[in-house]
Amino acid sequence: MSDWRIEELLAVALARLIMDPSAPPARRVAVGAASPIPAAACWLATELGAPLELFLLHRRRGNPFTEGTRELFDLTGQGRIDLFFLSGGQIDGQANLNLIGTGAWPGREVRFPGSFGSAFMYLMTPRTLLFRQEHSPRVLVPRVDIVSAPGISPPGVYRRGHAQALVTGRCVFRFHPDRGRFSLASVHPGQTPQSVRAATGFDFDLPERVPQTPPPTRQELALLRGPVCDRMLETYPEFCARVFERRIVA
Amino acid sequence: MTPISLAALAERVPDGALIALPPDNSLPSVALAKALIRRGARNLRLVGVPVSGLATDILIGAGCVAELETSAVSLGEAGFAPRFTAALREGRIRLRDATCPAIHTRLQAAEKGVPFLPLRGILGSDILAHRPDWKVIRNPFGPEDDEIVLLPALSPDIAVFHAVMADAVGNVWVGRRRECATIAHAARESLVTVERIVPGNLLEDERLAPGAIHATYITAIAVAPRGAHPAALLDEYGYDAAYVSEYARMAQSEEGFRAWLEREVFAAEALPA
Repeated sequence: MSDWRIEELLAVALARLIMDPSAPPARRVAVGAASPIPAAACWLATELGAPLELFLLHRRRGNPFTEGTRELFDLTGQGRIDLFFLSGGQIDGQANLNLIGTGAWPGREVRFPGSFGSAFMYLMTPRTLLFRQEHSPRVLVPRVDIVSAPGISPPGVYRRGHAQALVTGRCVFRFHPDRGRFSLASVHPGQTPQSVRAATGFDFDLPERVPQTPPPTRQELALLRGPVCDRMLETYPEFCARVFERRIVA
Repeated sequence: MTPISLAALAERVPDGALIALPPDNSLPSVALAKALIRRGARNLRLVGVPVSGLATDILIGAGCVAELETSAVSLGEAGFAPRFTAALREGRIRLRDATCPAIHTRLQAAEKGVPFLPLRGILGSDILAHRPDWKVIRNPFGPEDDEIVLLPALSPDIAVFHAVMADAVGNVWVGRRRECATIAHAARESLVTVERIVPGNLLEDERLAPGAIHATYITAIAVAPRGAHPAALLDEYGYDAAYVSEYARMAQSEEGFRAWLEREVFAAEALPA
């Protein structure tokens, strides 16, 4: 039916959120390791003319840092990183993230890898885009078992920003830090507010009319499959082969 | 400084030592991790700087580790670290969860010789509730209700990493991977594997000096060609994704891990690297 893949739709949805004119401007954007779809979204936004300076961690060549792995955190501590991407093994309706595990501390049922820098980055970055392709009651829970990074903070806690949105394989949620809740912003083609509700463990606000996430345009697809893929081939060869059907020519 | 053998380097690590290890993207000495398994090291206390990868997983699987402080344990695109996960489930290791900049900050405090440093963020994370050694104070320079986390300095007994080269006097070169310099500065001793020894003095070359670590921090060096493998080593060699995927598959079970150890750690010792 469609002439695009879900990964392409998600990259486009994220790129639009990066460029969202209603959000504080993002110039310096950092992307963590093993995040091919957020990386594709950043390159796409750049190709569409957004004046981004990208800090991509774990690139095989062209590492953006000269001071080791602490430099990203030092930059963020100073407020020089405007936008970062985070995810969670569990994400709840208050945008709390759990990268540690389920069950009792420290993940007695299922242990996830660990918090990485999330407990710092989430509070110190003006904008965070949450991304998790799996959209199921297992991931989107009423309350995370362990808070590796809090979605909101009490007054007085030094915090530069919050989640702007959560993009999943089914929809885009907006986050409202003032009331600590998500609202459904759009549903991807093939989904309805009801199907999203059924797959979501947390409660969220449902506007009267929920638009469809606009599918990728012809121009966006051409950019993704061309120049964006060119930039990603070396760091994400398996992703490029699977999604764009392109391989490095030896 | 005269290089010693890899086995002799492993002998310099006593059981129970607190060891700082960089992960797979920042010059781990997988060669020394394997040598520690061969020497039967026990009760090691590892610190992931700031996270942990393959070297940590194989040391845990081989029963060398009692304790781990880290911000995550992962095999990157190959997924969760299977032996870490199993050991944690079976209660065979003590884990202290941290978050990346907290580990860097603790090491930087040790680098400066101060007892602690403050760090923003972390407030509201359950990590803080499980770290009685981390304190929250009111910012003495700020508004009344501004709380900030204090992190105690962390001085590992031994820093372990793999450098591209060492020179005749024992300076080593890690290029832009300055986290290796931080752990060398913070630790009491540094045991370093290198690809090769070069003549002369790295610090006399303006282009190489910024990526070098002074010999004063370096305790001993062993030559271990491809000593970071399967991790990448700057522009010297790339990441061996197939090797890590195979490990991730085999190490799902204890038997599979034992077979992997036999082939890649014990039998491989006899072969040229």
